[in-house]
Amino acid sequence: MNERVPIELEVNGEAVAKYVEPRLSLADFLREELELTGTHQGCEMGACGACLVLLNGKAVHSCLMFAVQAHGDHVETVEGLSQRKAIADIQQAFHNNNALQCGFCTAGMLVTAHELLSRNTTPTRHEIRDGLSGNYCRCTGYQAIVDSIVSVARSRAGNVDTPASPGERGTAS
Amino acid sequence: MNNALGKLDRPNSYIGRSVTRPNAKRLLAGKGRYVTDMKLPRMLHAAFVRSPYAHAKIMSIDISAAAAMPGVHLVATGADLAKLCKPWVGTLDHFRGMKSSPQLPLAIDKVVWAGQAVVAVVAQSRALAEDAAELVEVAYEELGVVTDIDLARQEGSEIINPDLGTNLSFTLKVESGDVEAAFKDGAVEIEDVFHFGRHTAVTLEPRAIIADYNSSEEQLTVHHATQTPYQFQDLYSRYYGIAESRVRVVAPDIGGSFGMKLHVYHEDMAVVGLSMLTGRPVKYVADRMESFLSDIHARDHRVTSSMTADASGNILGMKVDDVTAIGAFSSFPRTSVVEGNQVVRLMGAPYRFRNYRGDLSVVFQNKVQTSQYRAVGHPIACSVTESLIDGIGRRLGLDPFEIRRRNIITQDMYPYTSPTGYKFERLSHEVCLDKLHAEMDYPRLLKQQEELRAKGVYRGIGIAMFVEITNPSPAFYGVGGARISSQDGAIVKITPSGEVQCLVSIGEHGQGTETIIGQIVAENLGVDRETVRVITGDTDVTPYGGANWACRGAGIGGETAFQAAKKLKQNVLAVAAAILQAKPSDLDIQNAQIVDAGTGNIRIALSEVARISYFRSDTLPDDVSPQLTVAHHYSPKGYPFAFTNGVQGCHVEVDVETGFVRLIDVWVVEDCGRIINPMLVNEQVRGGAIQGLGAALFEECRYGETGQLENGSLADYLVPMAYEMPDIKIFHVETPTRDTELGAKGCGEAGTAAASAAAMNAVNDAIAPLGAHVSQIPMTPQRLLRALGKV
Repeated sequence: MNERVPIELEVNGEAVAKYVEPRLSLADFLREELELTGTHQGCEMGACGACLVLLNGKAVHSCLMFAVQAHGDHVETVEGLSQRKAIADIQQAFHNNNALQCGFCTAGMLVTAHELLSRNTTPTRHEIRDGLSGNYCRCTGYQAIVDSIVSVARSRAGNVDTPASPGERGTAS
Repeated sequence: MNNALGKLDRPNSYIGRSVTRPNAKRLLAGKGRYVTDMKLPRMLHAAFVRSPYAHAKIMSIDISAAAAMPGVHLVATGADLAKLCKPWVGTLDHFRGMKSSPQLPLAIDKVVWAGQAVVAVVAQSRALAEDAAELVEVAYEELGVVTDIDLARQEGSEIINPDLGTNLSFTLKVESGDVEAAFKDGAVEIEDVFHFGRHTAVTLEPRAIIADYNSSEEQLTVHHATQTPYQFQDLYSRYYGIAESRVRVVAPDIGGSFGMKLHVYHEDMAVVGLSMLTGRPVKYVADRMESFLSDIHARDHRVTSSMTADASGNILGMKVDDVTAIGAFSSFPRTSVVEGNQVVRLMGAPYRFRNYRGDLSVVFQNKVQTSQYRAVGHPIACSVTESLIDGIGRRLGLDPFEIRRRNIITQDMYPYTSPTGYKFERLSHEVCLDKLHAEMDYPRLLKQQEELRAKGVYRGIGIAMFVEITNPSPAFYGVGGARISSQDGAIVKITPSGEVQCLVSIGEHGQGTETIIGQIVAENLGVDRETVRVITGDTDVTPYGGANWACRGAGIGGETAFQAAKKLKQNVLAVAAAILQAKPSDLDIQNAQIVDAGTGNIRIALSEVARISYFRSDTLPDDVSPQLTVAHHYSPKGYPFAFTNGVQGCHVEVDVETGFVRLIDVWVVEDCGRIINPMLVNEQVRGGAIQGLGAALFEECRYGETGQLENGSLADYLVPMAYEMPDIKIFHVETPTRDTELGAKGCGEAGTAAASAAAMNAVNDAIAPLGAHVSQIPMTPQRLLRALGKV
């Protein structure tokens, strides 16, 4: 059970070869063996979405997989997506709209947003809320996250006039 | 003084602006540094053996197999840690007569809730520690379990703490006016019994701590996901007998707190001792199930209350009997009775009636401890008051807005002291109520409601007014003997390059502390906020202060930074005046340039003043000694609390066949005084409202009769997700407090304070035509179907 076995995979574009315990989750492998701590664990049962990473381009819960199951696969984390600027506009929109507070859920939110926008380039607010329904955030009201994804979708479609300007969303004072 | 602020056309004017958070970029890149993420050299990991029983005697503990396991460094029992750590007792002097039993890190003779830590295992990895924990054998003898708040108080009940001789921790009576006469005189009377479920904070980052005791220096360093590093510096020092100056508590990035991360937890105290015993850093991160079993819970109140009014709808009096269960002991150091205390004191707070009686009974039970969690007591007081006032309105045929208008405390009545002793400097109820009425387009909603009812669609509109406690003075804890500071400190310095650093005692947990402090300092100094670096959360570095609780960060921490920056500006101008042979009062700072105050003409750069001060003081007159670092503390004076207020609206649709509630719209009108950053306030209020909506519809820690928590996972305990939550419309009224120059009050709890109440009133409005009514949250489909007579 605790005997280590070899695995080889690609993580954020780099080849990785390690010996791991078969019981080690992919999330723990990324965080502890590779020190990719941008991926978090909030529930360890696939409910909260904080641990989402891309596995061969698809969002998966890294807490529900063993590292050995990723043998031969391509894994991408928030660090990799940031490095290759694949989500720079989403990150910028999150920043502009204050779509995060503590930031613990944020990597998972970004992975979901990235996948959602690659599947559906013009999501409605309803579709975005549906798409985010596996991502738990205790700090924000989700609204700024939805606003951010809407604004990215619009600007990617060439419609750049609409990113919600900070402080003007549904407010009056 | 307040009017001098917020002129957004001035250079470097940031207070009142929606600016982005500099530190958020790091978090967005996955470069946060949470305790959960941290590793120290030679670090070990702790896991805990927990009690499977809610109440049992510990007959024997066998650690031999666990201790013999390779990779295990220590297996510690309660007796081992009791040799190092003094017991703590969760009582405060100002809660007269309150009782609680001494606590130690690990149970010794008996366990009092299911999930209590009994044995600690320290090993090379968390997985190994958990493996070894499974080999620990603990023999228990079960005792009678106390879960019910009435049975707990009956003669002959099992007593959880035999040393106290009772399951009653505390009682309180608050009485004002002649409540019996008021009820005799009243034309209408409404009575109801309200139930508020237990729920919990569910921070996405669970509790996390790394303790590192260095015996050669007798130095303890604790990296701790906490809201209150100074409080823990004090506690670790006093309870482990380590010199305070040698205890360092560092709170780096924190993944949510909401009041949950400022209480003493048995495991956290244990980890300090485990590091002392092993001589190595020891890390403990609660997993989600452990969080449910050991984080504080909150609420769990049953309130019997009645309200009476005259025939015109003027409320004459209110009676409240609140029974709340807090677990087997009172939490430390803030106690578990504060919520009940605030429930009986916040009842009826927006309204002007004078006859009031509140009774509070705080009861022990075999469940995990309860204590302060966001909006302590507010949702309960608000739900009860707002439900009863709706009831009075219904009986008299008065609309919810109208009945409130007739009873709110109005502008001509301030300063105002409530029947329960709270002093309100100035609130803005009538402005907020009118704003909500207009913004929700109430007449349109009523019309639509009527049309849809004809088609069998049941929509409801609910409103709830609230008063929130913020900016607490020492009246909150200090007077009770707690070493919990109500003052804050800031150190502001000009670097040799003319940039600015501010070290402040309030912390950053995502609410935007670093941003607002940067705004305040930059504006008061006259520099670009990009050049201000704010540093928080390290007791070796940042000045001593209360840090983050009870909505005090902006109001007290912000004022501290405000005053510190003003002092530093005077110091800068004194040096500049000497260099320029001018009078300080003729100079000002704009965009990091010293300018003529009258004309704005640039005289010398701030960086040049800094360079001369640090490197060429020989060129300054002998009597000029540049002080480009200011350390400043501020303690709230004047009113004991800065109360805020507001009103929320909720629009729901109830499916009367399934009992499901759909949230259509939520509105919040709130007045937190001077707003430093509207964007941050808005998302605070939204997040707070969503926690209140979670409590209203989903969240409840459900226990069985044997005291077992039955839904302790994120698959079973429902939290609000994006899909169920609506967009929330936020509106502001600004009534700054005159107790400070900044004028800011707190905003973190406003959302939570009234969201449950507005939702409950909305649901009751929806189902009223069917003769149904609920007085319990969460309003689950099952409870609604029961109210509707369908099950």
